Amino acid sequence: MLNAGLTVLGLSRFQFAMTTVFHFFFVPFSIGLAFVVAVMETMYVAKKDETYKKMAQFWGKMFLYSFAVGVVTGIIQEFQFGMNWSEYSRFMGDIFGAPLAIEALAAFFLESTFIGLWMFTWERFKPRIHALFIWLVAIGSSLSAVWILAANSFMQNPVGFAINKSTGRVVMTSFSAVVKNPQLWLELPHVLMGAGITASFVVAGCSAWRLLKKDHVSFYRKSLNVALVIGLIASLGSVASGDFQTRYLIKEQPMKFAAMEGLYKDSTNKGEWAIYSSFNTKQHKTTSSLDVPYVLNILSYHKFSGTVKGQNTVNKELHATYDKKFGKNMNYYVPTKTLFWSFRLMAVAGGLFALVAIVGLFFNRKKSQTIMKQRWFLYIMGLMIWLPFLVNTAGWFITEFGRYPWVVYGLLTIADAVSPTSTVGSLLFTNIVYFLLFAGLGLVMIVLSHRALKAGPDAVQMNGYSSEDTEGKVEDPYGTEAFNHD
Amino acid sequence: MTSAQILWFLLIGVLFSGFFFLEGFDFGIGMAVRFFGRNTAERDTIIQTIGPHWDGNEVWLITAGGAMFASFPMWYASLFSGYYLVLFLILVALIFRGVSFEFRANMKTETWRNFWEWAATIGSFCAAFLFGMMFTSMIEGVPMDAEGNIFGSFTTYVNWFSLVGGVAVTLMCLIHGLNFLQLKTLGTLRDRAQAWNKLLYPVLIVGEVLFVVLLYISTDFFAKKPASTWSILIVLVLLTLIAWWGVLKAHNWTAFIASGLSLISIVVLIFNGLFPRVMIATNSAHSILIKDASSSPYTLHIMTIVAFSILPIVLVYFIWSYWVFYKRLKSPKAA
Ligand code: HDD
Ligand code: HEM
Ligand code: HEM
Repeated sequence: MLNAGLTVLGLSRFQFAMTTVFHFFFVPFSIGLAFVVAVMETMYVAKKDETYKKMAQFWGKMFLYSFAVGVVTGIIQEFQFGMNWSEYSRFMGDIFGAPLAIEALAAFFLESTFIGLWMFTWERFKPRIHALFIWLVAIGSSLSAVWILAANSFMQNPVGFAINKSTGRVVMTSFSAVVKNPQLWLELPHVLMGAGITASFVVAGCSAWRLLKKDHVSFYRKSLNVALVIGLIASLGSVASGDFQTRYLIKEQPMKFAAMEGLYKDSTNKGEWAIYSSFNTKQHKTTSSLDVPYVLNILSYHKFSGTVKGQNTVNKELHATYDKKFGKNMNYYVPTKTLFWSFRLMAVAGGLFALVAIVGLFFNRKKSQTIMKQRWFLYIMGLMIWLPFLVNTAGWFITEFGRYPWVVYGLLTIADAVSPTSTVGSLLFTNIVYFLLFAGLGLVMIVLSHRALKAGPDAVQMNGYSSEDTEGKVEDPYGTEAFNHD
Repeated sequence: MTSAQILWFLLIGVLFSGFFFLEGFDFGIGMAVRFFGRNTAERDTIIQTIGPHWDGNEVWLITAGGAMFASFPMWYASLFSGYYLVLFLILVALIFRGVSFEFRANMKTETWRNFWEWAATIGSFCAAFLFGMMFTSMIEGVPMDAEGNIFGSFTTYVNWFSLVGGVAVTLMCLIHGLNFLQLKTLGTLRDRAQAWNKLLYPVLIVGEVLFVVLLYISTDFFAKKPASTWSILIVLVLLTLIAWWGVLKAHNWTAFIASGLSLISIVVLIFNGLFPRVMIATNSAHSILIKDASSSPYTLHIMTIVAFSILPIVLVYFIWSYWVFYKRLKSPKAA
């Protein structure tokens, strides 16, 4: 856990966690929303129904807010490897830099260029071409996930490399192995599905709040429909892909898995799965737990029988493997409580999302007005806006805390990765400033989204002009008539 | 030194050149928001000139950073950790600036709109100044240990030379931004931008002379590479004069291209002076050399393939997006 206190290591870790978690509030929202908006605009192209155009613009506005914050926090991400983790950068540069550079080249340029085009050319291009722009944005953001996750996957499961004898650093031997890393192709679908969930349940939740106010009923019901269809697919997809990841972890990172399941001792053949446990992490013991038989085995092996290694066993194995290189004093236990509860939150949420999507689609059938009468259900959807963000973070807690004590699994420890030049003073300063900055940005985001929702779909302004002194009418700055040269 | 290493050293230079050319006018436009725009309608138009482009321009920086990490990890690690606080302040400036355009347009009250306009302006000033300061102090040489860790004091980063460098880059960006504004607007904004630049160019020339004198005193560029350093500086001054002429004659394209190229010539000056090093240490034995700083030949090879297959495609749609918005915006009627 983040228990290293006010040391360079502790503060660097806290900073990394804070900045990435904040970045990752917006990233999945943007990735998912780009797709949701693209679907809406495509429906406009197909059905020629102006409502869908309005939908694309209205939710597109939220996308632009999220995108702006995603971009500025993304730059921190890129810089901080060098700034805070210079030893890591030296060690990993040969592998890590490549996906990062490719991400910028292949994904960020695509995304940023076409978002500019999309924002400002509503009146200038044929709807079909214009819809293509948002699709390219959506593809761009998903591509960025591919490459950054390729980098992250190497940290979880190093492949395609050798160690340079004289420098002790990682050298890439096979780019295709790095890109084909099985970890990546398990993580990627799960992250993208999580993004789909995030966007669709935010859209659904916002629509639900407006429906409670009986505001623009047909607009929000249509939005709800699009969101819930995508949400249903994404939540089923996330459960399925999460299941693949779980079974992969048992083999590749048994410590992470044991902690997710809160196991210190090996499980018995009955496969008890704990709904609730309390732990004594110092003595490596489970003090009490509420178990259901067989579920663990079903989760792990899709069978009733079998056993899963507990952390104590894995700890011994890891000592046997790594003591020669890292010494006997390593602590291989990972933060059990965090992993255990994060996993439970994620799994429960996965089911809940699917359930809500199904019920919502049922209530929102074409002719019936049921959804307007089921106010309790609209409330639930409205309150669920926050859940995807929590769940995404929980998932990353598992991934990132679960590779403790390594930054790069089996190769480099977190303690060896920090910048030797960092000082507690400057880290404290930057941590505080980042924190205040993020709090401020988060607040503005919430206020703006709230305001956009209240103003409703008729008030959307895409072109960046301040609304006030224009007396309600602005000419499109890039529209044709604006350009009659003198 | 292998040819792949030299190629990547050049490519990093190219990426930073692209960054300074594009983000240069972007920063200048940002500064102009409050200093130049007189009312909300004018500021609307000013921001509008970079509205569709600023994020794409910033990606040049991200790509340069990523490419540096990929091709010269030792350089990336030393520079970024050594300039921790400077880069942190740059990040803060870029954050404020980056969100300001979107946020500003959606503010309801005068006060808050002013807040985000100032965020754009101050953020742009600080970012340009700090980048200038960082690169100038970097070529002076920094105290570094054998592992490439920089242990600088306040004056390592902030001294006369780096301050002049910072101010010079800021000024160049502002001028470049105003040249862009002349290119992208009609009417009062365009006329006023021209009037401003007529006055700013003499100041810049003085600044450049001062910069050259301090460059002579503070770096080993003239000692190590007199011919190339002088040539680049002469080109820089020539470009400045051409741009000035362009401003006087209202040749907007000439002025804009020349002011952009003069920013690029600063990058060329730096990279030329660095070669064959990537970081200059005060104790020259600790300077980091291109041959020691790069990633493996294999990684460079892969990256070369990637860069030469993707970059052309990127350039096509990047330029096309400028083409789509090539027309001039009307200045708002006088308030
Ligand atoms: C709304 C989002 C969401 C939902 C509903 C789920 N997950 Fe998840 N999960 C994520 C969002 C997420 C994530 C944030 O996107 C993570 C972090 C790293 C990753 O690959 O995805 C993640 C990681 C993650 C990991 C760790 C992977 C690793 O460290 O290699 C496992 C084992 C699971 N998930 C399993 C599941 C299961 C079995 C779920 C449902 C039954 C589930 N997740 C629902
Ligand atoms: C995909 C690219 C990512 C990379 C390359 C990456 C890399 C890293 C690195 C280098 C650290 C610091 C060392 C450490 O403390 O272990 C770290 C820590 C951390 N990351 Fe990630 N990360 C990524 C994504 C994420 C995301 C999206 C989140 C959450 C939303 C996240 C959550 C965390 C947390 C909570 C820590 C602190 C863990 C600790 O202190 O041990 N990471 N990550
Ligand atoms: C799973 C983890 C991550 C994913 C999926 C991801 C994806 C994205 C996406 C989609 C954006 C576009 C902005 C937006 O849509 O909100 C973005 C921005 C950015 N991200 Fe991340 N990111 C992750 C973590 C990181 C990390 C660890 C880094 C550090 C290298 C990073 C670097 C950046 C940069 C530099 C930008 C700005 C790009 C621009 O200007 O367009 N990201 N990221």
